[in-house]
Parts: sequence; structure tokens; C-alpha cells
Amino acid sequence: MSDQVKETDKTVFAMLAEYDNPAKLMKAAKLVNRAGYTKFDAHSPFPIHGMDGAMGLKESKLGWIVLSHALVGFSGGLALQVWASSIAYPINIGGRPFANIPAYVPVTFELTILLSAFAAVFGMFFLNNLPKLHNSLFNSENFSRVTDDKFFICIETEDGMFSEEETQKFLEGTGASHIEKVYE
Amino acid sequence: MSSNSGYVKEAPLVKGNHTFSSITALVADIVEKPTPFWWYIAFGVSNMLMGLLFLMLGYLIWEGTGVWGLNNTVAWGWAIINFVWWVGIGHAGTLISAVLFLFRQGWRTAINRFAEAMTIFAVMCAGIFPAVHVGRIWVIYWVFPLPNQMQMWPNFQSPLLWDVFAVSTYFTVSLLFWYVGLIPDLATLRDRVKSKLGAKLYGAFALGWTGGNRQWQHYEKAYMLLAGLATPLVLSVHTIVSFDFAVSIIPGWHTTIFPPYFVAGAIFSGFAMVMTLMIIARKIYGLQDIMTIDHIEKMNIIILVTGWMVGFAYIMEFFIAWYSGVEYEKFAFVNRATGPYAWAYWIMMSCNVIAPNFFWFKKMRRSITVSFILSIVVNIGMWFERFVITVTSLAQDFLPGSWAYYSPTWVDVLTYVGTFGLFFTNFLLFLRFLPMIAIAEVKMVMPQADPHYYDEDGNEPVKETEQVNEPNTNN
Repeated sequence: MSDQVKETDKTVFAMLAEYDNPAKLMKAAKLVNRAGYTKFDAHSPFPIHGMDGAMGLKESKLGWIVLSHALVGFSGGLALQVWASSIAYPINIGGRPFANIPAYVPVTFELTILLSAFAAVFGMFFLNNLPKLHNSLFNSENFSRVTDDKFFICIETEDGMFSEEETQKFLEGTGASHIEKVYE
Repeated sequence: MSSNSGYVKEAPLVKGNHTFSSITALVADIVEKPTPFWWYIAFGVSNMLMGLLFLMLGYLIWEGTGVWGLNNTVAWGWAIINFVWWVGIGHAGTLISAVLFLFRQGWRTAINRFAEAMTIFAVMCAGIFPAVHVGRIWVIYWVFPLPNQMQMWPNFQSPLLWDVFAVSTYFTVSLLFWYVGLIPDLATLRDRVKSKLGAKLYGAFALGWTGGNRQWQHYEKAYMLLAGLATPLVLSVHTIVSFDFAVSIIPGWHTTIFPPYFVAGAIFSGFAMVMTLMIIARKIYGLQDIMTIDHIEKMNIIILVTGWMVGFAYIMEFFIAWYSGVEYEKFAFVNRATGPYAWAYWIMMSCNVIAPNFFWFKKMRRSITVSFILSIVVNIGMWFERFVITVTSLAQDFLPGSWAYYSPTWVDVLTYVGTFGLFFTNFLLFLRFLPMIAIAEVKMVMPQADPHYYDEDGNEPVKETEQVNEPNTNN
């Protein structure tokens, strides 16, 4: 995407290795993880079953975010109805109690779902640092095929173990079909 | 997913010798190709119908609900029928995307995007009716619990208010679910489209997606949670819609079978609508390799099953009316089948209970023509079901002195026709500008997506040998 001016003028962002299929990516991800790299990611056009284990990732925390919002939706929804119908504006409807809990179930349920869904989507954005309108990976010409049929491992320079020669040599041994430096 | 487990070899979900990139090309390039001529024609017609809808709504708001065919006895007419019908159609989208996802039905990937889009547009059409039905649309905000100068609050014990929450939550969650599913495919379009503006726009909506596994991890979790949330939601929405009727004391409405019966009916009509749209789209866009005849067959089986659930409910309602010993209840049902609206009742019965039985035969289930015709028949039948429920119960209730016959006016009819304009305008825009098939998800159910498909060195197996699926020993 960006013009390749003089390579030496630019700072390296990451080392990007390309693989042909999910099996090779999986194998490489295991090796990278075992070698001790931490600031790396395995990019693929679709999620690959078992990749979390291969990369040594911990379970996503999203469930807890959603649960907390579900509880807020539940208690907030119920409180709103009880407060509105028995304190703020009590109105006798067919002689039923003002705080008629069974009748409040549907709205409480809907508000629980609504807040949980917002938490699931925006919590996922938050955990994924989205929206992210610039990513140095997009400077790589090849990387545009990550949403089509190519598989990549990217090791960032920020990783403590990163060194241009060592990392490149290491990635060559993982079955990559192409390796390139990605500039900021 | 399901394609790799079990003892019995399943038919491949994607037909033809496709690679990942040919799937991308098949779906994503539809957006890139020049717009076909028929699209402009269809879009023009839809736009005119949508204009008609706005005209009718304007006339209604200007004149008041008197322009509809409602009378003192029958206060709910076409508007409510159309509302329930459109909401019901929407439910198949959520069912396909959420329920089938939780059941790990890999075949949903071919149709879920499509069906979810249908859901959103159908709910938009549905939402119009109750909103304008309130009569004074300019105070519609009274249905929301907003602090106001009158210091009044909505009545939270009313099913009509539950409906407000149910339908608006349903619309919001469906939209979120659809959008989350779209993100990876929007990224595909971002990386493919040639125009700079296109790349910018798709890129903005793709939010900077890079397909990293650290993203996929949370993404899959979010998708799973959304499916888990949308499943009870879709059941609750049509349950609450049925409460609009069931919580009243009108004979023919006041029955406990309504919630499950309404949900089954919604799925029934929704699948029929997905079928109608899908048969047209797969033909026009040449997507027969992804939306295969196997998909059509599976959907026809669901139509058959839910059709019989609905048929069971019709029969059970009759039985309970007799068994309850309540005069009014008995009369309401006998009157449905033999009274002034018997014609509507028998249209409903023949379209919903008799017609789907063709699908007992494999030949019929796998015939495109039969599927297409029956899908339309089912949608007609389901419209009449709502007509029968809404109108017959009201027209002849307790006091013969207040009985009346209800007929729609031209405004009723044209408003309904106009909603098709709104629906198809949106749907055509969707077909034109967004990937109509979930590209990433279809790739996921291909055999090549499984790392175990490859040999030990990570190369493609040399020959396309018949893969014998081994029993899943992991559980």
C-alpha cells in the first residue's frame, strides 16, 4: 500500500511470515509459542479450531463482561418497573398489587438480553482494540490476502526476544513460504 | 464443525471443487461486478412501492385511523395481522443464525447472512404497524419510560408495552448480531474492491479487522454468546406477541397454547420466506455451489415439521374449546370453520396444514419449482392464520348485538403492499453492496479448514481419497 521509499529510513514494525494452509500455520504457531515469543499473532481468513491452544492463549474474559452487564440489565429493569409502578406513578390496574412482579418478567428479560448483547459486541470490540483505523500490517502487500486464502504469523519488534536476523532465521524454519519485514 | 464428526459420512456442504480463494471470489466479486440490469428494474419497482407506503402512512396520519376498515367491534385489523406476519417472517433469520449455530449445524453458513438481513428488514416493516396504529404517532414516545412533564410512567403490566420492549430489543440484537458476523467479510471487501472510496467505506465498517487469532478468540466468544442470547430472545419475542392476544379475555385468544404455537408458526413462515428469496438469489447470482439443493431439502424438512406443529395447534385449540365446556370458546372455534370467515379459515388450513405434506416425498423436497411454489403458499397461509385469529375472534364475540363484519379499505391493502417496497428496497441494497453469504463461515465448514485435513508435513493430501470419518473420541 505505502510507497517503498528507502527501507533503511523506516522503523520495522514486525516480521511477517506467510503460510499456505491452516495446518502449516498451526504448526508454526506452536513453534513460535514454544520458542517463547509473546507479542505475536496468527492471522487467518477464518478462525481455526485449536489455534488458541497452539498459541497458548488464555480463555477469553468476555463472558464476565457480559455477565456483569446482564446483572445490571436484570436488576435495573426490575427496579425501573417496581419504582415506576409502585412509587413514582402507582396506578390500580384491575386490583393487582402495585409491585406485580410476574407481570414485570417480560420487560426485565428483554432488558437483560439487550444489555448483555451490547456487552458482548462492545466488550469484544474493547478486548480486540477495535475500531483500529491504522495498523502497520496493512503496509504489507501480501497481507491483503489474509482475508482471502493466506495465513500469516506476525512477530512484533516490541517482543523482548525479537532480533531481525534471529527471528527471520527462526521463521524460515517454521515452514513459511514467504517472509518479509513490515514497516511502521 | 458438524462435517467432521459422526459415524456417517455427510454430504459436503460446499459443492464443486472450490478453494478458499474461489469462494471469496464467488461471493465478494458480486459487489465488484457491474450492476445487472434487472437490479435497476427491481429497485425501481421497490422504490415506487416504498413511496406508496409513505403516501399511505402520510394519509393515515393526516386523516386518522378511520381510513382503515376498523369498526367498533373489530378494532384490530390488517395492521395487527401484518405486524405479526412480518415479525414472524423475521424469526427464521434468528433461528438460522442463532439456534442452528448452537446446534452446530454447519449448513447454516450458506444462508445465515441472507436470513439475518431478511430478519432486520422484516422487523422494520413490522415495526411500522403498531407505531402508526397508536393513532397519535407524534406522542409515540409515551411508550418509552422517559421522564416527562406529566410525571406519568408507562403501564408495565400491559402486553402491548412488553411488545415495545420485545420488538425493539429484537431489532437491536439482530442488527448487532448481523454486524458482528459481517466484520470479517467487510474486511475481505476492504482488501478486494478496486475503488478507493469503496475500500475506505468497507474499511471503516470493518473496523481494522486483521483476522489475528487474538481477535478471532474474542470474536468467536462474542458470536457464541450472541447466539446464546438471541435464542431465548427470539422465543420470547413471539411469545410476547402472542400475549397481545392471549392475555386478553376474548374467546379464541385467551389460550395458553398461543406462545409455542406462535413461535412454531413464525419459524414456519420465516423459513418459507428465506426459501423464496434464496431460490431467486442463488439462481441469479449463480450460487448453487454454496446454497445447494441439500440446503433446500433441509429447509423443507423444517417447514414440514413446523407446519405440523402449527397443524397440531389448530387441532388442539379445537379440542380444548370443546373440552373446556365454555360456550363462548366452543362457538368461537366452530364459527371460525363454518361462520362468515370460513373462507379464510379454509385457506389457512389448506395452505399451512395440507400443502406442506408434499414435502414427505424426497422428489418434492429436492425440486426447486415445488419448493418455490410451496414457500409462497405457506406465506399466504400464515398471513391468513393471523387474519383468522385477529378478525374472527373480534367480529363475533360475546354479544350478538355487537357483531360486525370487517373488510379492509384500499388504504389497508396499499399500506401492506407498500411494506414489500420497503422490504425489497433494503434487500436489493443488501444484495448489491454487502456479501450475501458469510464468506469466512463458509470457509470454516470446508474440509480444507481443518488442520487435520493435511498430512504430517502440512501438505494437501495427494489424492482426493474418500475420507472415512472416524468416530469422535474427544468427548
